[in-house]
Amino acid sequence: MNTLISWLHSSIIYGTVIMFGALGETLTEKSGHLNLGVPGLMYLGGFAGFASAFIYERSTENPNTVLLILIPLLCAFLAAMLGGLLYSFMTVTLRANQNVTGLALTSLGVGIGTFGSARLLSVTGSQSYSVASATSAVYTANLNSVTNLGAFGQIFLSYGFLTYAAIILAVLMNYFLMHTRRGLNLRAVGENPGTADAAGINVTLYKYIATSVGGGICGIGGFYYIIEYSSGKWSSQNSLEAVGWLAVALVIFSTWKPKNTIWASYLFALLFWMATNLPALTGIRIPTSVTELLKMTPYVVTILVLVIASTRKKKENQGPASLGLSYFREER
Amino acid sequence: MKDEIAVRLNGITKRFGSVTANDGVTMDVRRGEVLALLGENGSGKTTLMNMLSGIYFPDEGTIEINGVPASIRSPKDAFDLGIGMIHQHFKLVDVFTAAENIVLGLPGKSSLNMRAVKEKIRAISEKYGFLIDPDRKVYNMSVSEKQTLEIVKVLYRGADILILDEPTAVLTPQETERLFAVIRNMRADGKSIIIITHKLHEVMEISDRVAILRHGQYITTLETKDADERTLAEAMVGEKLSLNIERPKPEGLVRRLEVSELSCVNAEGVPTLRGVSFTAYGGEILGIAGISGCGQKELLESIAGLEQTVTGSSVLYYPDGGEPEQLIGKTPREIRSLGVALSFVPEDRLGMGLVGSMGMTDNMMLKSYESGAPVFLHKREPQQLAESVRDSLGVVTPSVTTPVRRLSGGNVQKVLVGREIAEAPTVLMTAYAVRGLDINTSYAIYNLLNEQKKKGVAVIYVGEDIDVLLELCDRILILCGGAVSGIVDASTATKEEIGLYMTKIGGAESGTSGGDPAMKGGDKK
Repeated sequence: MNTLISWLHSSIIYGTVIMFGALGETLTEKSGHLNLGVPGLMYLGGFAGFASAFIYERSTENPNTVLLILIPLLCAFLAAMLGGLLYSFMTVTLRANQNVTGLALTSLGVGIGTFGSARLLSVTGSQSYSVASATSAVYTANLNSVTNLGAFGQIFLSYGFLTYAAIILAVLMNYFLMHTRRGLNLRAVGENPGTADAAGINVTLYKYIATSVGGGICGIGGFYYIIEYSSGKWSSQNSLEAVGWLAVALVIFSTWKPKNTIWASYLFALLFWMATNLPALTGIRIPTSVTELLKMTPYVVTILVLVIASTRKKKENQGPASLGLSYFREER
Repeated sequence: MKDEIAVRLNGITKRFGSVTANDGVTMDVRRGEVLALLGENGSGKTTLMNMLSGIYFPDEGTIEINGVPASIRSPKDAFDLGIGMIHQHFKLVDVFTAAENIVLGLPGKSSLNMRAVKEKIRAISEKYGFLIDPDRKVYNMSVSEKQTLEIVKVLYRGADILILDEPTAVLTPQETERLFAVIRNMRADGKSIIIITHKLHEVMEISDRVAILRHGQYITTLETKDADERTLAEAMVGEKLSLNIERPKPEGLVRRLEVSELSCVNAEGVPTLRGVSFTAYGGEILGIAGISGCGQKELLESIAGLEQTVTGSSVLYYPDGGEPEQLIGKTPREIRSLGVALSFVPEDRLGMGLVGSMGMTDNMMLKSYESGAPVFLHKREPQQLAESVRDSLGVVTPSVTTPVRRLSGGNVQKVLVGREIAEAPTVLMTAYAVRGLDINTSYAIYNLLNEQKKKGVAVIYVGEDIDVLLELCDRILILCGGAVSGIVDASTATKEEIGLYMTKIGGAESGTSGGDPAMKGGDKK
């Protein structure tokens, strides 16, 4: 029983990280831009959020709770948004290849994070990691400790507010895309920018805003990873990059629909943690080499979904038609 | 009401580089009338209308809308003035419903009230007699439904002046009738409708007045009731120009290609070729005329094996002293390796014929890569070929390794034609071989084709300029809407005759007046 609860618990936390990344990337891809820089953006956001919290905590004796929440959240969002802005400048204005730019952004983000963390460690003079404990305490404050509802509380109430914010964000994004004028326009930009342009939509502006805000949302995912999943500790964050790739895959898995992203990210996380939890739960011993193999289940499932989606040929389940293509206004 | 001027164009001139697309066009459109805009390919009809719909901006001249001078700098400006254009290529988002496409880009409250939108669409549909389902996705729609959607979209935005660019090109006769009924309803409602077309019988049927453009210049506007198809065709093609292109007498004609019942269907299920039949002879130049997009490309490509054909189509090739070979069903490579040397100068010379970033030598190898040693390239022969093409055709290039992209259009064309001719073909097909070339280069190409003809090659020449076709070719086949509307003897045919065939009058009864040169024997002088 305890194994099951801890499996579900870690899956929801891990799933939330993926959800933020996937939501950001969905918004980006809806504008027709495939940003493979998600791992880099999450890294940037995670590092900026952590560093700002760490610096703020050390600068004052009695940190203000509101500032403890706002400063790192804004820094995480803005840092990753700048990454997204750089990406849009390269791909929208300069029309650079989207895949190459995205991969470069991943290297850049991971590089900046690693470089910065070395600086942070040298500031504290500490060993292998630094920690923003006050911030983490605020962000992981939850109802479970207050209500004490047993298993229900442990599974559903034992998370910080960002966990629930992710679900709300997904619902809002779904409403924005499907039921508002701007959402319709954004989808048109990703499907057929020529048509959108002819309809008087500012294609460049939509692309810029979607990729930048999408990048910022990815950044919050990175920050959530540090503050909730790693309990506010910053050490070498190699696995954060892996989550970034999971998020990119999840966008495809959820067929570019934010409402699918909610359950799909938890499912991904469950599959990801299956390797660690299933043996304990069932009592079957699995060699470590197989465990690593099992961790790739989410990716295998993504490939299966791609195969199924493309054989069914239902256009609603395909990505935006002009995803990955630069837009040139036709000129003679 | 009827005589009020909705649009007045004053001395409109538009140039693209050295090409003048419109030259001082002055004309007007009345309120509540259907004006047909008639002209050949490249006469500047679409360019002129694009200036009205905000896609281009005129270099000179002024536009007045409802008596007020207007500056139309973007499609949005045009919308604001009540001008809407329905292009030949629809601007629709496939995965959206009709209603979503209509509301796209419109200002308004940030949350969308689709019910109100659909209500308004239904009201418009009822008023003018459209058949449209607001919830249907565009990818499920037929071409005609998409066109209807485009028109409704324009009306939804409150357009009073509608421009339709060749609206019937993609429609069946029944769909055309329905479109015309809607156009009449809109006219009765006081809207001005401009329709760009080549089809004279439709001009006669639907329009109140006809404006005629020729080579970018405004010729005249006629009341439709005072005009007939012959006068319109004459005004459209104009006087014959003498070009003095050499036309050697065809000698030793041998049957090379026998095309019968060749039909093609495009991806949207619309027929692009309808039962085309003709024979091409070695030793003559067969010209192919027609309004652009009437099946010229599909015809050449299906002979070359690049296009899927409908069952029942047949292209027989007669080699020297052998059994005829069926080309349908063979791959392009088989068609060549069977000894059937079809040479093909595609319409888009850099797109399909040559690799822009490679030099002449490498481009020569594209046709011969499978000969020679299995792994390593043998560059000597292609290099010799490239040098001989350069020297014999006078290609101006720094070296045979300079990327062909950097050469001028005429030189690129020479490289392409030179390579095709170097294969010593028995059938040489060229499409728009002189498009965009200056006079001297054009004559160089004509001479090349004539040389091939003298060697006994069957040359098929798809051209745009009727004057050139009349002087260069021995026979001219005219395509109209994917079908052969006539085959004429170029030495006796007149320009008007071809103009009429291109717009499909008299096509049915006099079928192949130019007939078969082999049958006619000594008919030619």
